[in-house]
Amino acid sequence: MSKSKLEPNVLEEIMAKTGTAESSVIAILQGVQEHYRYLPREVFGYIAARLGIGVARLYSVATFYENFSLEPKGRYVLRVCDGTACHVRKSIPILTRLRAELGLSEATPTTEDLRFTLETVSCLGACGLAPVLTVNDKVYPAMTPEKASELLSSLKEEE
Amino acid sequence: MKKEIMIVDGIPVALDGERNVLSVIRKAGIQLPTFCYHSELSIHGACRMCMFEDEQGRLAAACSAIPEAGMNIRTNTARLRKYRKTILELILANHCRDCTTCQFSNDCKLQELANRFQIEDVRFPNTNLLRKIDASSPCIVKDQSKCILCGDCVRMCNEIQNVGAIDFAGRGSKMTVSTAFNIPLAESTCVGCGQCASSCPTGAIIVRDDSQLLWDAISDENIKVTAQIAPAVRVAIGRAFGLGGSESAIGQITAALRRIGFDEVHDTVTGADMTVIEEAAEFVERLKQGPHEFPMFTSCCPAWVQFAEKKYPELMENVSTCRSPMQMFASVIKASETDTRRHFHVAIMPCTAKKFEAARSEFAVDGEPRVDLVITTQELIHMIKESGIVFSELEPEAVDSKFAGLTGAGVIFGVSGGVTEAVLRSVSDDKSQTGLKFLALTGVRGMEGIKETTIEVGGAKLRIGIVSGLNNASKLIQKIKEGEHFDLVEVMACPGGCVSGAGQPIAHSAEKRERGEGLYTADRHMSSKRSDENAVVAALYEGILKDRSHELLHVHYKPREATQC
Repeated sequence: MSKSKLEPNVLEEIMAKTGTAESSVIAILQGVQEHYRYLPREVFGYIAARLGIGVARLYSVATFYENFSLEPKGRYVLRVCDGTACHVRKSIPILTRLRAELGLSEATPTTEDLRFTLETVSCLGACGLAPVLTVNDKVYPAMTPEKASELLSSLKEEE
Repeated sequence: MKKEIMIVDGIPVALDGERNVLSVIRKAGIQLPTFCYHSELSIHGACRMCMFEDEQGRLAAACSAIPEAGMNIRTNTARLRKYRKTILELILANHCRDCTTCQFSNDCKLQELANRFQIEDVRFPNTNLLRKIDASSPCIVKDQSKCILCGDCVRMCNEIQNVGAIDFAGRGSKMTVSTAFNIPLAESTCVGCGQCASSCPTGAIIVRDDSQLLWDAISDENIKVTAQIAPAVRVAIGRAFGLGGSESAIGQITAALRRIGFDEVHDTVTGADMTVIEEAAEFVERLKQGPHEFPMFTSCCPAWVQFAEKKYPELMENVSTCRSPMQMFASVIKASETDTRRHFHVAIMPCTAKKFEAARSEFAVDGEPRVDLVITTQELIHMIKESGIVFSELEPEAVDSKFAGLTGAGVIFGVSGGVTEAVLRSVSDDKSQTGLKFLALTGVRGMEGIKETTIEVGGAKLRIGIVSGLNNASKLIQKIKEGEHFDLVEVMACPGGCVSGAGQPIAHSAEKRERGEGLYTADRHMSSKRSDENAVVAALYEGILKDRSHELLHVHYKPREATQC
């Protein structure tokens, strides 16, 4: 039984830090995403009302930035860098291996049990360490498909 | 004092505090093309059609450039012409170009500019051939495949109307104008005012066309079809048929409706007179009850009523229980009907939100609506053209005698401040000609978005607010919540009132103002100025309305579920 996503006290806590000016909207959405790992639809009406803006405006901001997600994400978010440097140092085989092991694709980036999300990212700015992947913002340098497999196994064991 | 000057295409133009270079260019008599600029909206600067070139060959968008003395600019260089054509080609490559079957053909700014810049070929393949329609709203139809992302609708919905039903979503090539989570418009906070449609330069948001339903009813011999014509329609229709000015064309409209096949034609002005009588009585009754925290809000405008329901449900008990003139009149027309055929009652309205109002379950009797169909001025114009009727040559005709009692008070309902003035004519102490003329000068008239006035009636000072544009309503409500006192507040959703309704032909603000003046002219030509002088309405109160005025003329809206999106 999943609890309701609309938790006014959580949202109020976030907004106590950011304020409720229209210009705080990005900071608020970041706070929400940090808490839920995505932006649940249920919170939009509450936040929009507190900021005195339309829900459509809030949706506009949320859909503009690639970093915001309207879909639930896994507990582990794996980002395989596919910037130019990582790409030429063979990031795609890493991605292919991870997708195969997790049973994911571009269209379904998150496992049904909400444990893993696998995405690509255009550049992490760590080209000297290529190919790079990150797990919840921790950087793993000089990856290979084998090392990625091992990493995945250890994450599964941690569970 | 020497004026500051800037030079536009070699023409010196005096600066007079213009908002932007675009206004100066237009003052020089140059119609610089724009898609995303509306003088009443904030400056967006997206379409880049209004670029100019300065002496150094630098380019800037005229809508967002501040005029400075000594500027010497060109608006029509080879480079600018090339850029404008390219912009148009790029927009056209991303636009569903079904112009011959598009309802907005001829009114379309994209079509107009494509013609003006002689775009004969688009070099890029079309990426938007399939229509993407949201027809969920009874008022408007949205088609994303025709959207050029100028954002006029978004700014209209947010800045002028404070409805916030639509905004941009996504970005880059995937950007769209969308409701929150792309839900159907009908489920959004949209109130159906249609101002998005009247600001849209293309056919991406249009008035819903229901004319086929009317043709079907007219063709059916077993159906009696009757009409009522709202005040604002008569001053907006003429230009579409080459008639100059904004004089009332009620006689020609009546004649046209009879030729189209209506069995009876009535004038909503009669309904407005009933509204004045009921609203004045309700207002006087409220005043007797003593001081209220909130004023009485008018209830004629269905977009405002829906806005209040969705945004200020706590204020609904302060909204007058009077039905709108359309609904009052329709109740009376249907209740008076003796013909045994099915009765199909059509309201010709300047308004898209009326389509929603007509379908509200609160007005249905045994499941049958009082108004079976609302046709906007735009749709009526199309129907007249389709019929081949030469409108400008029609001999004016009078409406049917059954309800032919009309006063000037009812006529001015179509313009912001009109409802208030009509009610004041009824409740004011001085009912002489001078007294009536005095009322006109109390600040109730004019196209301003917020008007406030204080009028003395029966020794009491009444504070009255008149707002048009729903954001202005929000502003006034905020003031009231902060403690400012008002006794009566008239709200019209469309800026300037019904003359600016979204069902009217697309027009600039000057033309809308003229329509308002057209209604005041029509009022001057009326012998009866006050609704209580309407003999036909008085007879109705002795007849069909006797003991039934509450049932037929008032409404208690059912609480609606608050829509968050």
